[in-house]
Amino acid sequence: MPTLETHAISSELIREVAFELNRRAAIGIPKDVGDSIADMAERETQKLSKFVLLEIVNNYKVAVDEQRPMCADTGLPRFYAKIGNDAAVEGGFVALERSVRQGTADATERVPLRPNRVHPITRHDYNNNVGIHAPTVDYSWEPDVDWIELTSFHKGGLFGGDYRMLFPTDGIDGIKRFFLDVISEFFKRGLSCQPAIVGIGIGGTKDTCVRLAKEAACLRVVGDRNPDPQIAKLEEDLNDLGRRTSLGPMGFKGEGAVMDTHIEVAYTHTGGMPISIHHQCFALRRATARIHPDGGVEYRENPLWFTDYYRRDGVA
Amino acid sequence: MSGTADLKMKEHHLTTPATPEDLAKLELGDVVYFDGLVFTGRIGLYKKLFDEKAPPPVDIASLTNVTFHCSPAVGQNESGEWEVAAVTATASFRFEKHLPLLMDGHGIRCVIGKGGMAQEFYEKHFKRLGAVFLNTVGYGIGAQYGRGITGVKDVYWLDELGIAQAMWVFEVKNFGPFLVECDARGNSLYQMALAETNVELGKLYEGLPLPTLKRMGEVHNPEDEVF
Repeated sequence: MPTLETHAISSELIREVAFELNRRAAIGIPKDVGDSIADMAERETQKLSKFVLLEIVNNYKVAVDEQRPMCADTGLPRFYAKIGNDAAVEGGFVALERSVRQGTADATERVPLRPNRVHPITRHDYNNNVGIHAPTVDYSWEPDVDWIELTSFHKGGLFGGDYRMLFPTDGIDGIKRFFLDVISEFFKRGLSCQPAIVGIGIGGTKDTCVRLAKEAACLRVVGDRNPDPQIAKLEEDLNDLGRRTSLGPMGFKGEGAVMDTHIEVAYTHTGGMPISIHHQCFALRRATARIHPDGGVEYRENPLWFTDYYRRDGVA
Repeated sequence: MSGTADLKMKEHHLTTPATPEDLAKLELGDVVYFDGLVFTGRIGLYKKLFDEKAPPPVDIASLTNVTFHCSPAVGQNESGEWEVAAVTATASFRFEKHLPLLMDGHGIRCVIGKGGMAQEFYEKHFKRLGAVFLNTVGYGIGAQYGRGITGVKDVYWLDELGIAQAMWVFEVKNFGPFLVECDARGNSLYQMALAETNVELGKLYEGLPLPTLKRMGEVHNPEDEVF
């Protein structure tokens, strides 16, 4: 067995990776989303909606060619960390959290990112996207591995999210109605900056279902289906419903603006069926890296956040 | 009113300040690019100017008549010059209270933003002044807009308001594309679009019952808007 010292991942390396993930997320569109939007642009028949989709495709290219952030609204940069059960960090996990904060402040100055984060009451801005509970780091764990995976995500902050306590009597129709409600609220005038990935959390507690909806929107790639066939079927039914709304990009008439629907579930109170929905905009800013104890870093586009272990059922 | 399928979507290249004749020519759905000067303003600036009644840091009317509800992703190069990498609009409907003060008091006749404003607001203010509202496209195509900003002429109240809320004066060239949402006669592209999309949306609600538990203060008709 290696000692803890030789086994530990360097906190300086984590700071560098946190910077680089913010940079990559801000500039380059992940292939799943880029392909989805290009496909929508090709299929769109309404000229106003087609114009918008073609400008979005062009913007992805300008961002990469000129190394500019694809969207200036940095949203709220945040991190997801998947920690191997056998992983260790030099200085402990407090060092990881400090490294991630420093990497975010560095990226804000040098990418640059818009310093978007302010105190909610005084509106004070440190101009670095760091502050109280910011950036958040959400953790999950993975058995039998010694790496750490970090995902940087720049999540929009104002529109396109909602929560509601439904009940078993509301059933699947209740889910469909709420899905339409959130589209009615936020696709009109393009407030969700659709085309969007629709993430839905069903069950759990209020906070769990809101968290799952956001993770479903942000951390699964376009085309991914939930492994439960019944949930996968509902994802596809809602994709179809979304297309039929005729609400396209910016809320103009079109062939629909749902890139994909991702549903995650959690066991919940026997009397209730809480639901939350999040729309993730087309300027989807996400990058993932696996950091090994030997200092190796592998960057990739798919967060692979929803592992079998993360979705585990039963006692073991 | 004809439908969005009939829009001509003509392209216009305007120099700031835009003349009343320039603005009168713009039709719904037309595509506009600017050369000249454009300044940013959102709630931080508006509170300072109109709630605190601070004297403007510059004579706005002599600068330009084009404002933009946005803030930049901006950095400083080695010689200390600001370089704007990208800009993205913020939703404009929140500025109903202050925008008429900017338009009437400082000569603003072009407002660039996100989502447009209410029809009544256009009729009350934009039509009266022959002003236009232009929507950014997408809305998140910030890199393209960043490319149209060739320099920062000035930035005001940076220390007090921070980068996101400060008043930035951009030098722009081929800055766009922007879509005409409200023309100088008070017509709105979104009113046209909503009339079209509400038809399909309403049909999809048929047969889906209201939720068991109601909430206070809600909009229940899917044809209505949330603001």
